[in-house]
Parts: sequence; structure tokens; C-alpha cells
Amino acid sequence: MTPLLQVEDLRTHFFTRDGVARAVDGVSFTLNRGEVLGLVGESGSGKTVTGFSLLGLVDPPGRVVGGRILFDGTDLAGADEARLRKLRGKRIAMIFQDPMMTLNPVLRIDTQMVETVLAHDRVSRAEALARARAALVQVGISAPDERLASYPHQFSGGMRQRVAIAIALLHKPDLIIADEPTTALDVTIQAQILAEIQKLCRETGTALIWITHDLAVVSGLADKLAVMYAGRVVETGETSAVITAPVHPYTRGLIGSVPHGKPHRSMLQQIGGMTPSLLNLPKGCMFRPRCPRGDDECLAEPALREWLPGRFARCVHPHLDPHLDDAKERVS
Amino acid sequence: MIVYLLRRVGQSILAVVTMAVLVFIGVYAIGNPVDILVSPEASQAEIRATIERLGLDKPLWEQFLTFAGNALRGDLGTSFVYGRPAVEIILQRLPATFELAFVALLISVLIGIPLGVYAGLKPDSLGGRSVMAGSILGFSLPNFWQGMILILIFAVWLGWLPAGGRGPTVELLGIPVSFLTPQGWAYLLLPALNLALFKMALVIRLARANTREVCLQDYIKFARAKGLSPRRIVFVHVMKNIMIPIVTVLGLELGSMIAFAIVTETVFAWPGMGKLLIDSINLLDRPVIVAYLMLTVVIIVTINLAVDILYSILDPRVRLSEVKG
Ligand SMILES: Nc1ncnc2c1ncn2[C@@H]1O[C@H](COP(=O)(O)OP(=O)(O)OP(=O)(O)O)[C@@H](O)[C@H]1O
Ligand code: SF4
Ligand SMILES: [Mg+2]
Repeated sequence: MTPLLQVEDLRTHFFTRDGVARAVDGVSFTLNRGEVLGLVGESGSGKTVTGFSLLGLVDPPGRVVGGRILFDGTDLAGADEARLRKLRGKRIAMIFQDPMMTLNPVLRIDTQMVETVLAHDRVSRAEALARARAALVQVGISAPDERLASYPHQFSGGMRQRVAIAIALLHKPDLIIADEPTTALDVTIQAQILAEIQKLCRETGTALIWITHDLAVVSGLADKLAVMYAGRVVETGETSAVITAPVHPYTRGLIGSVPHGKPHRSMLQQIGGMTPSLLNLPKGCMFRPRCPRGDDECLAEPALREWLPGRFARCVHPHLDPHLDDAKERVS
Repeated sequence: MIVYLLRRVGQSILAVVTMAVLVFIGVYAIGNPVDILVSPEASQAEIRATIERLGLDKPLWEQFLTFAGNALRGDLGTSFVYGRPAVEIILQRLPATFELAFVALLISVLIGIPLGVYAGLKPDSLGGRSVMAGSILGFSLPNFWQGMILILIFAVWLGWLPAGGRGPTVELLGIPVSFLTPQGWAYLLLPALNLALFKMALVIRLARANTREVCLQDYIKFARAKGLSPRRIVFVHVMKNIMIPIVTVLGLELGSMIAFAIVTETVFAWPGMGKLLIDSINLLDRPVIVAYLMLTVVIIVTINLAVDILYSILDPRVRLSEVKG
């Protein structure tokens, strides 16, 4: 079976006045139909830019400068705008980080939903409206008719995100990219929405890329993880494998900073040092200034390599036997 | 909405009353009202009659009540020159000015918005830059000079359009208008264009700035992520958002357009209120000047009120919060 999405060495750079910001510079992962991938990384690691790159929505001064985005066998990296527009919203949908900003404030919900249906399908307005209504019901919005006739500002944040999810579901896409869709919401709503998206994707067989900086949230949801650092994917693999036995020192730092490997919210802040500035990257491995294992061999940028079956990492000194390494660290 | 309306109407009335007080102070309290309101050629008896009628021998507050009472009945004095009520004379000129201002507004919107949106969508293109350069020109050229150049080009050199005046008019519901006949348009076009150019520059900048801002918003990116066509994004998602500030500003500008039509009307000998004001100042026809000031305030306040209502209709956020409030 060919994977639904195969991203190979994706590179998206921003050509700014201050220099070239390599926001995405080596992102690779694969995703099968119906699978959930957690794309994890600190703030500024390039997660959102990766998401936009997949849809061809990177705006100048940014540009996809390299790599391949094989979606269902065709490369989207070089695809023209007309082709991408046919895919957007139809086969690949995206949900944004901030629900307060995603819906157009001066257009009614029905307008914003119906236009999405009509952008891809030649159906009557009435049928489009019926589909919009059904999608609202699907995401658990009560009194959908009343909601359809409302404006976004009449909704709470959680409600708006539900509407955005309903819009994403309108065409039953093959892939939904969810860019931290719950971080702007309060915790109980977060959990609800998370559970709902998971359920909906499972029901419809939709693959999901869940972008987050919160490993704890995604580890319960994702089949696979891709960990990003400074625009690169530094480790990918099955979620359980990555969580229990991380290969890359960065991932290990993320997880190891939490006792007994049970991740919690604040873990990302607990690695010493700072994310490098995109305009002033270290030579060789990006993680070297913060890496406990870093040495002269790391001065040449490591490639993403399959160290264990299905386990890729971008490191010259990977933790291939984590328990042994654990023991060593405890001794020293 | 009703509460909101009542509040806005109240504010408008307050503005008119304030202006009335100012005009009253200017005419009655500072200068000698007899000089101002009675024709220099009037006889002693006429002067006495006026003093009595206006109660100029009474205390100031009583005089104000008389002034206000007369004003409410539409009596702001009698023109020295025409020997008719000043208000009547101004109202006669009103349609010409209104027509000029509305057509100018229409021109500035119909040309300004597309140019501004284009410049906002493509800020770095040659076209976008040219539009901006043109709008700077529109801002900085003095109105009267610009008017003379227009006359020079289109009336004198090319001979396409008449140099001034209003030409023949036709009646629409008893009001003389120019815009129904091609001939009327020939006379209307140049002064309207002249009055429009400055506002057009303003519209272009507003539309451009707002378009650029709106285009950066998440909801535009989301609209693109939904697979909408660029046409729909520009004409529905962008346009609807930029129309709110543009309508607000333009509505407020319509008032100033009517007030500042003076220069254009003078240059093009357009028989509107502004030209009347200048003529009246030259002839020291003071009741007409007083009436002009009062009427202009009423007009501007009314327009602003209408704009606020329109604004609340355009922007659902205002509309609905006011319904609740
Ligand atoms: N328009 C732009 N111009 C220049 N640089 C940009 C632009 N957009 C993004 N970048 C760069 O790309 C980097 C990655 O941004 P991105 O939004 O993908 O991070 P992220 O992983 O989504 O972070 P967060 O968790 O904060 O959302 C940023 O550090 C920024 O420097
Ligand atoms: S390559 Fe070297 S510096 Fe980079 S993560 Fe691996 S050990 Fe650390
Ligand atoms: Mg982001």
C-alpha cells in the first residue's frame, strides 16, 4: 500500500531583508490513510510553516525551495495553484491555531460553510446548506439552524473551533492538518475537542496531522510521532516506541525530564539552553549547543537515518539502548 | 437598536444646539447685531422694527430663545440682496451642491476602491506603486489649481467640456438636476471630478491600507485553505471587511465635501451653496451667511447620523451588541 502522504526532505525558506530564514529545512515523514501523526516541536521549530507548505499556502517572502510532498502519488511541491486549490478544503483540510481569528467576522456561518461546499461541488445552495447543517451536528453543535444564521462573534472560542472543524469535515477529506487547534481553548474544552476530532477521523477514515508543542496531549492520540527541532525532523517512529525509548538526545531530553517517562505539560521548558535563531544557526547538528552527547563528530550535519526498524533519527550518537544509557547516566 | 438610535439623535441635536449658541454669540453677543442683521440702507423705522422683532433690547438669554425659536421655524433673517428669507435662498441652491457632492463621492468610490484594493493586493507591482504615487499627487495638489488645470485641459485645449456653470437642468420631483441628461453631465463632470480627486486619493489609501491588513488575517488564509477562488476571496472576504472603515470615513467626508465644495463651486461657477456663501461674503449679505452656517451644521450632523446607522447595518458586531444593549 502506498502511503497517503510522503514528505521527503521538505525545505521552506523565507527570504527576508535580514537574511534567509530556513524555517523548514529537512522535514520528512510518511502517513498512511487513517493514521494520526503527531508533529511535535518547540515554538518556532517550523510546525506551522510545514503545515502551510503541504497546502501550498506559504506566502512571500517564503517559498518551498526543495523536497517532495507526495500526496496520493503526486508531488504537491511543484504543483500549480489551480491544482492545489482543487485539493485544498476538498482532500486536505486545515484547522488553525487560533479559532478567534479563523472565521471571517463579517460573514455569517452559513455563508462561510456553503461557499466551502460550492467551491468544490456543483450542488444547489439548499443541498450545500443541508451539508453544512449536518457537519455542525456532527461536531456536536446544538440548534444548528440558529447557529448557521449567526456571526462568529456570537460564538465562544470552543464553539468557533468546532465550526472550523465542521468546515474541515465538509468534504470528508483524506487528510486534516490540525495546527494546535486546542491550545487557545481552556482545558476541559481542549479535551472534548481532542476526543471529538479523534472520533470523527476514526469514523471517516481521515488521516490526521496533529501539530502541537505538547507531547503529553499528542502521545495519547497519535499513531506516529515526528519530532521537529530548528526546522528539521530529528526523530520519527511509532508513538509508543518514541515515548518509551527515544533515540535522539533532544527527544530524550523532552521525555527524560519527566519522571518515569510519563510526560506532562511543562516538560518542553526543561531542557537547558535555547532554540537557535534561524538566522544564526550552529554549524553541524542544530542541537549541539544543548546536547549532552555533542562532540566534534557532530560538526557535520547528520542525516535522518533509520537506526532501528521504523525508527529514524538525525544524530550521530543515538540512544540505541536507552536502558543502558539510563543506567550510565544514573551512575555518572 | 432603538436605544442606540435615540442616543445618536440626542447627540446630533446637541451638536446643532452648540453650533446655534456659537453662531448666536458670534452675531449677537460679539458684534452689534443691528449692523449684522439689518441692511445698511435700512431706514430708522426699519431698524427699530427689527430691534423690536428680534428683541435686541431684551436680556441676552431671552434674545437667544427668540433666535432659537425663529431658527426652529426656519427664520434666519432676510437676505439684504434678494429681499427674501435667507433659508429659502440657500435651500434653492442646495440641490446643486448635493448633486455635485454625491457625484464626486460616487466617482471617488467607483475609481478609488478598485485602485486601492489592487494596490493593496499587489503592493510591490508597478501598477500598485503607480496608484500610490498618483494618490500622493491627488493629496498634495491645491484644489483650485487642480480645477484650473482641468478647465485648461478639457475645456480650453480639448474643448470637450464646458468650462463652468451648470447648464440646463431637468426637474426630478420638482428638484432641478443635471445627471439625467448628457448635457447636464457635460457640465457636471469637471467640477465633480475636481471635487472627487482629493477624496479619491483618500479612498485609495484607505482601501489599500485596509486591504493589506485584511490580507494578513488568519481568516483570509483559512478562506484560501478552504479552496475558494481568488475572486471570491477578494470580492467577498476582503471587500466586505474593508467596506466598514471606508463607508465610515466616506460618510463623514461627505459632510466636509458639501462644506468644502466652496472652492470647486467658485472655480467652476457652479451655482451651489458654496458659491452663494462666497457671493454673500463679498456682498456682506450677513443673514445668508448665518443661515449657511446653521444649515451646513444641520446637514453635516444629519449625514453623520445616517453614516452611523449605515455602519451599524454593515458591521454585524456593532449591530448585534447594540441590539442587546
Ligand atoms: N513570514 C515570515 N517571514 C519570516 N520568517 C517567518 C515567517 N513565517 C515564519 N517564519 C519563521 O519560521 C519559523 C517557524 O515558524 P512556525 O510558525 O512554523 O513555528 P511553529 O513551530 O508553528 O511555532 P509555534 O508553536 O509558536 O506556532 C519562525 O521562527 C519564523 O522565524
Ligand atoms: S548529532 Fe551530536 S549534537 Fe546532534 S543530537 Fe546527536 S549527539 Fe547531539
Ligand atoms: Mg505554529
